[in-house]
Amino acid sequence: MPAVQETVERVKRIDVDQYRYGFETLIESDKAPKGLSEETVKFISEKKNEPAWMLQWRLEAYRRWLTMTEPTWARVDYPKIDFQDLYYYSAPKPKKTITSLDEIDPEILKTYEKLGIPLREVAMLEGVEPKPGEEDPARRKIAVDAVFDSVSVATTFKAELKKAGVIFMPISEAIREHPELVQKYLGSVVPTSDNFYATLNSAVFSDGSFVYVPPGVRCPMELSTYFRINERNTGQFERTLIIADKGSYVSYLEGCTAPQRDENQLHAAVVELVTHDDAEIKYSTVQNWYPGNSEGKGGIYNFVTKRGDCRGNNSKISWTQVETGSAITWKYPSCILRGDNSRGEFYSIAISNGYQQVDSGTKMIHLGKNTSSRIISKGIAAGRSQNTYRGLVTAHRKATGARNFTACDSLLIGDKCGAHTVPYIEAKNSSATFEHEATTSKISEDVLFYCIQRGLTQEEAVGLVVNGFVKDVLQQLPMEFAVEAQKLISISLEGSVG
Amino acid sequence: MHHLNKLDTKMALLEVKDLKVRVEEREILHGLTLTVNEGEIHAIMGPNGSGKSTLSHVIAGKPGYEVTDGQILFRGEDLLEMAPNERAAKGVFLAFQYPVEIPGVSTMNFLRTALNAQRKARGESEYSTPDFLKKVREVSKSLNIPQDMLKRGVNVGFSGGEKKRNEVLQMALFEPSLCILDEMDSGLDIDALRIAADGVNALHSPKRAMVVITHYQRLLNYIVPDIVHVMSKGRVVKSGGKELALELEASGYAQFEDAA
Ligand SMILES: Nc1ncnc2c1ncn2[C@@H]1O[C@H](COP(=O)(O)OP(=O)(O)OP(=O)(O)O)[C@@H](O)[C@H]1O
Ligand SMILES: [Mg+2]
Repeated sequence: MPAVQETVERVKRIDVDQYRYGFETLIESDKAPKGLSEETVKFISEKKNEPAWMLQWRLEAYRRWLTMTEPTWARVDYPKIDFQDLYYYSAPKPKKTITSLDEIDPEILKTYEKLGIPLREVAMLEGVEPKPGEEDPARRKIAVDAVFDSVSVATTFKAELKKAGVIFMPISEAIREHPELVQKYLGSVVPTSDNFYATLNSAVFSDGSFVYVPPGVRCPMELSTYFRINERNTGQFERTLIIADKGSYVSYLEGCTAPQRDENQLHAAVVELVTHDDAEIKYSTVQNWYPGNSEGKGGIYNFVTKRGDCRGNNSKISWTQVETGSAITWKYPSCILRGDNSRGEFYSIAISNGYQQVDSGTKMIHLGKNTSSRIISKGIAAGRSQNTYRGLVTAHRKATGARNFTACDSLLIGDKCGAHTVPYIEAKNSSATFEHEATTSKISEDVLFYCIQRGLTQEEAVGLVVNGFVKDVLQQLPMEFAVEAQKLISISLEGSVG
Repeated sequence: MHHLNKLDTKMALLEVKDLKVRVEEREILHGLTLTVNEGEIHAIMGPNGSGKSTLSHVIAGKPGYEVTDGQILFRGEDLLEMAPNERAAKGVFLAFQYPVEIPGVSTMNFLRTALNAQRKARGESEYSTPDFLKKVREVSKSLNIPQDMLKRGVNVGFSGGEKKRNEVLQMALFEPSLCILDEMDSGLDIDALRIAADGVNALHSPKRAMVVITHYQRLLNYIVPDIVHVMSKGRVVKSGGKELALELEASGYAQFEDAA
């Protein structure tokens, strides 16, 4: 793993308390009036030229939301959010229909360049194709959909995907261009009434990505969305919907960053995945929202609902996440194993440092026969952070032969942080076999000294040991993401020791 | 060294002067003095708990030890002022009595990360992948270490003997100028002992010094010391030629208990 070397170098170059993505892009934006009301919902729907059914759907969600209260069961603690003190929509100006990358505000393109995200597909097509016989997975083609504050600014490789029959576009476009698909699937996994944040998202979501892979198609490239919150006091509510039709396969990557700010910013996304018979979706996230400074000021509140529905037999959904950012993370990517023989996987690395609070985990709901699930969670707590794994595994009465394996390992760095494991297990039939393993350990002084005696600095040693600890999960990520994740892990642990 | 005549001035590599060390409020080393010149092989023997590992840890810079008095110079520089990783880059290597396991970090990756970290600290260029692999292959072959072992996590599931061989492998790879071997012979069978000792001997050079900590004279048949020191209760109580080791084997440490 040469990336460890890179990690080590990068850590050396970066000062503690410096968030690499913390720059702000100065562009004019078009905002909805502050606060949340039916007017706000209508404003957003109108901005997006939405059909009437979509507005109705949103308004119903909004009315439902008014009757709901924020959940308090998670092990996170934050001042009350004033939902009237936020902007719910912000789009980069000038607002006109963008038909090619050249029409995008160069400032935005620059932003994505700084983030290392290639929006210029031209650049990707030229000179980055691996030579024959020379497999270079880090340079594989990736189609990117970039979401800036509330709107999608560019989707690359549209033509090539179209040839394969894959639909990959901003969800706002899909609502207009593929209403039958959107109407059929939107809210079918996460209903508008699901939970406080999901309901809020249903009312005000502004953009996100839509993917449909037709029967029998193996998506020819990785699909990727990068989310960036730029505007001050703006909530980002993106909505992602991915459908893998019978016998299809798609791998989807999600990355996130935000500028460094003193106040907290709200992010409440909803992701819905549907797999039909024999289909598979692999969903990978590297979440690197701004975590707040070393005193715990600022940072993103990340309240996300992610759920996959293995609707068909022999279908599979796999979530892999690397969570390093956000002041508060509230996130449980889940699988409903409805089809017989369907399989759900959850691989997670959650790192918390400073004053970060992470409450994350998964739910595996076994409904079909002979369904199986696997949960590998690696929690790393440093500084004064709190890191909780919360998991639910249930087998329905009819889910005979359901199997689950769960392994939760926590690593503590220092003695002012906490790691907690809260597993719920519920089997309503006797043929289910659930296995659960959990360990908590402290990073060993002897191991660190061994590395340091061999020439590594304290931080390099921590980076190396932690990367070893999370290796099982890193291996699940597509190569280019694994490299990025490895770097992030070390960066986010800066200043955690000594 | 017998082949050096008296006119040669030997360079002192390591000078430990009147070193006093405390661990958790208890003094373990009570004024220890030791000089190791370039090219020399020193053996340190002494009963359990006499402070041999403590001395090696303090030289390497392990946290948790409080030096209350004395000095350690390395090529005339104050070693105690240097961070442990700086000491490593300057050529101080400690083969641990109990090498640790590092799960998930392949031995190969570890070797490369460490070697390049040291080279970088010295302002040298990093090894390219092919050069590095070539070097590792050579060294591991001479130590009878199978390539498969290098793919496994550092020392994870290694037998006692394999762990010790892995220490010698690192020593051979990093080419340090001061090698401290803390009981490298414990847990090794006769064949493994010979291979490891051959590895150590192969590194012997006029510029490099070895400090071999051991309980058994047997090791010193393979790695022949210039000077043998007896440690007892936190001090060096006697130094002599290699025959001192034989004497100890015959009569034990009892005679030194009073001297300490
Ligand atoms: N971290 C520590 N805390 C308390 N006491 C310690 C610590 N480390 C060493 N000691 C004590 O210091 C003394 C010297 O220990 P050391 O390990 O240096 O002995 P040694 O000569 O290497 O012995 P052995 O031959 O058994 O390896 C022992 O009495 C030991 O218990
Ligand atoms: Mg010892």
